[in-house]
Amino acid sequence: MTVNDIKNHLKASFLYGEEFIGREVHTACGSDMMSDVLAFVKDQSVLLTGLCNPQVVRTAEMMDIVCIVFVRGKLPDQTVIDLAKEREIVLLSTSMRMFSACGILYENGLRGGAEN
Amino acid sequence: MSDTIKLKYTVSPDDFTRAGEASSDIKSKLKRMGVSPEVVRKVAIAMYEGEINMVIHANGGEIDVEITPDEITMTLKDKGPGIKDIEQAMQAGWSTAPDNVRNLGFGAGMGLPNMKKYSDEMEIQSVVGKGTTVTMKVKM
Repeated sequence: MTVNDIKNHLKASFLYGEEFIGREVHTACGSDMMSDVLAFVKDQSVLLTGLCNPQVVRTAEMMDIVCIVFVRGKLPDQTVIDLAKEREIVLLSTSMRMFSACGILYENGLRGGAEN
Repeated sequence: MSDTIKLKYTVSPDDFTRAGEASSDIKSKLKRMGVSPEVVRKVAIAMYEGEINMVIHANGGEIDVEITPDEITMTLKDKGPGIKDIEQAMQAGWSTAPDNVRNLGFGAGMGLPNMKKYSDEMEIQSVVGKGTTVTMKVKM
């Protein structure tokens, strides 16, 4: 699945990173608790979250996550967007709720990745 | 990379927005040195959780990083309240973090367990009322 596929499936819009629209995403995780995200390394992952602070981008950075989707129509402030730009992490926003957004991506073939 | 490289970071107290800057810096430095992505990720995650802990619990502190051809050693030192029961603190899900920290996405009781998980060796020395020193090693 690509960033573009995720955008279309979730009817999402870009907050940053349209130039990376073709980037491949292999796994996903959905959480508002960043330590839970940090507990399992995944490959080329997308993070779905309702959390909107800079630590979401930091967490993504440490985990080599390639794309963050903010659910429930949440919009981060400019600090968060700037940090994502620096790190070239795609930011998307969807009005869908967490459960539905995860379900749709799962239905379209995206999985949680190996737990190691 | 035959020599030992030493780096020092100061973690600012109560600045949740900036927490993670040290880990971010070490991550890009290690990448530039050509360290394997897996090792870079382990160091970055372990140190990041440590940094967050220092901001949440200990009014910041200092991190020393030593890089040799064999391993990376991170020493995180704070003058915080100390850990009363280290064994309990190591249990996944056990946390003393206040609710406002949970609203920020942390305080789930996964910090120390994650640090242990991503480091090859971890040692905690803590004196209640004086502070805590966590030493983590990641092998190259």
